[in-house]
Amino acid sequence: MFDLKGYGPELLSGAVVTVELAFLSLALALTLGLIGASSKLSGNRVAQGIATFYTTVIRGIPDLVMMLLFYYGGQVGVNAISDYLWETYEIDFFFQFDPFISGVVTMGLIFGAYMTETFRGAFLAVETGQIEAARAYGFTRWHTFRRIMFPQMLRHALPGIGNNWQVLLKTTALVSIIGLTDMVRVAEEAAKAERMPFHFFVPVAAVYLALTAGSELFIKWLDKRANVGVVQGS
Amino acid sequence: MADQAPLICRDIHKTYDKLEVLKGVSLETRKGDVVSLIGSSGSGKSTFLRCINLLETPTSGDIIVHGDPIRFTENRKGERVPADNRQVEQIRAKLSMVFQGFNLWSHMTVLENIIEAPIHVLGVPRKEAIERAEAYLQKVGIYERKDYYPAQMSGGQQQRAAIARALAMEPEVMLFDEPTSALDPELVGEVLKVMQSLAEEGRTMIVVTHEMAFARDVSTQVLFLHQGVIEEQGTPQKVFDNPDSERMKQFLAPKF
Repeated sequence: MFDLKGYGPELLSGAVVTVELAFLSLALALTLGLIGASSKLSGNRVAQGIATFYTTVIRGIPDLVMMLLFYYGGQVGVNAISDYLWETYEIDFFFQFDPFISGVVTMGLIFGAYMTETFRGAFLAVETGQIEAARAYGFTRWHTFRRIMFPQMLRHALPGIGNNWQVLLKTTALVSIIGLTDMVRVAEEAAKAERMPFHFFVPVAAVYLALTAGSELFIKWLDKRANVGVVQGS
Repeated sequence: MADQAPLICRDIHKTYDKLEVLKGVSLETRKGDVVSLIGSSGSGKSTFLRCINLLETPTSGDIIVHGDPIRFTENRKGERVPADNRQVEQIRAKLSMVFQGFNLWSHMTVLENIIEAPIHVLGVPRKEAIERAEAYLQKVGIYERKDYYPAQMSGGQQQRAAIARALAMEPEVMLFDEPTSALDPELVGEVLKVMQSLAEEGRTMIVVTHEMAFARDVSTQVLFLHQGVIEEQGTPQKVFDNPDSERMKQFLAPKF
């Protein structure tokens, strides 16, 4: 049953690619989410406008279309910039927009939009009295953010971050379509060559399930830590 | 400069849009004064207190904390704003506030709540901050709760912890914003008792309160606010026993 017909090592390195892709995208998504939420709450019209445009556009376009757009469009863009820099300044600038980078950028952008909404709601859920106490005791804005706002916001954000992460993890499978040799791609090739779809896709499904189940446990643990001091409804 | 007034407020006005909430309130304190601000809801007493530490920016008027006048400027919209945030932070550190809703930081234990500002705002070394915090926790009678989170304590205990947090700043003036209004009646006494002991130690306190017995027995000065102006002002004996203002007489009259 577990004879993977020699595809084992490839599947394993594919799984590593999947995990790398997921974590890098998560890091980008969290960063963009924090920036997006801060912009939306900043009270600055321009920042609010940009952030609203970002979340509206990204959330309104299918993930697959975005991915294709970034993969093919991204390279065209890099080429254009490269040509321009070379012709105008003789600067040699070029990089290959490979499937991995496209995947990270696309997924980071997509989930950054969802994270923006998660963080925005979480910031708004922090009681004003908590912030007011910080101000009344002479905290600087940065200190208030770091010691009071951020940790309290995290409590409210964690369930949403957890959900987004689960979806993000599963969305990595899409990146095989633009040619990234992740776990799904390897399995697909192996299944075609050996004419054994179950034999290769079931293990892939199992790996995804293991990753998501493990994440769920980890997020529960984080949630418990973040909610220290909160009396939980049973 | 031995006995400089800890706090002077001169002609404080506060207007929201078109609504004038404070119409020129002044207050001068000496060291050790306990000033009670009384009045019905909407009289502006809480707003006045919140103007003192700049949680609300007064539309006009001066605030002088221990000889240091707060500097104001105008923003682009022509609103009055503090000129120097650094100065505001320093002044707030000298005026610690106790809130109606306690506002203890819910993700920190009682001890962490108390050492946070001394360490990060005043720069007190951690070890010393902890010793100080423990001493004040003894004083307010909840030392054994120091590792509890706010949500695990009663309202009265939370408010006493909040008072310890205010004390740990060793402030010039303590500001109390209706400190017993959110408490169950049987918990009010324990908080008032702590406040009375602070008054007896000679701490300068400004207290917005509905507890008339506290205002009468503990204060050195009582201000009765009505619709944004001081209607009656003076010693408790004067204000309670021999008020000039008709409103004050009505306010004191038995309600049923």
